[in-house]
Amino acid sequence: MLTLHDGPLDVPTILKEWYEEEAQSNYGAYIPFVGTVRSEDGIDGLSFDVYEPILESWFTAWQKKAQEKGAKIKMAHSKGDVMLHESSYIAAVFSPKRRVALEFIDEFVEDFKASAPIWKYDLKNGQRIYAKDRSTAINGSGLLA
Amino acid sequence: MVRVEFLGPIQKKALELDINNLNELAKILQHDAEVSDWLESCAVALNDTLVTNLEATLKDGDKISLLPPVCGG
Repeated sequence: MLTLHDGPLDVPTILKEWYEEEAQSNYGAYIPFVGTVRSEDGIDGLSFDVYEPILESWFTAWQKKAQEKGAKIKMAHSKGDVMLHESSYIAAVFSPKRRVALEFIDEFVEDFKASAPIWKYDLKNGQRIYAKDRSTAINGSGLLA
Repeated sequence: MVRVEFLGPIQKKALELDINNLNELAKILQHDAEVSDWLESCAVALNDTLVTNLEATLKDGDKISLLPPVCGG
């Protein structure tokens, strides 16, 4: 399950919904990762652009990988502005045993950072500034250079 | 016509081009001052699937997207 939300995520509600959705699914482990906007470099918040068609196909490929291990992934992400101490990202893995979920959440979040078509901007002094230095070129970039 | 879209922080309106392959697109964009500096760091998708070489033949109605460096989360 992949959901996109305008503005910050309602973390308690989403975590509770996911918990309840899988309460009877016989998973022994539910491992969520919550990404929260921290105060650093004088920012007021972050802002996000998302390209949904490729994000969805990227997520579907990961969901298949999870299924092969008997696991399930859920992910929620913000679009637009998310201010300090609000959350923009939740990923969670459900699996029969904890080891698979712990390893999978690490692998999944790393690839999310490197490949998911989402662009981050710092909100600072009323401006929206692309976080170029913190961004990663997707594998295969430079084809048209 | 082939539609070329520039995603995320690239401040450029979509183009409608009469081109037959990605090599032709590369030549056009390399001479476009608004976008040429982005090319080294951009991935390319054809109809929402990432491509890894310039071999694909383009047809009328195809959509190409340029994806600059990402940072979700």
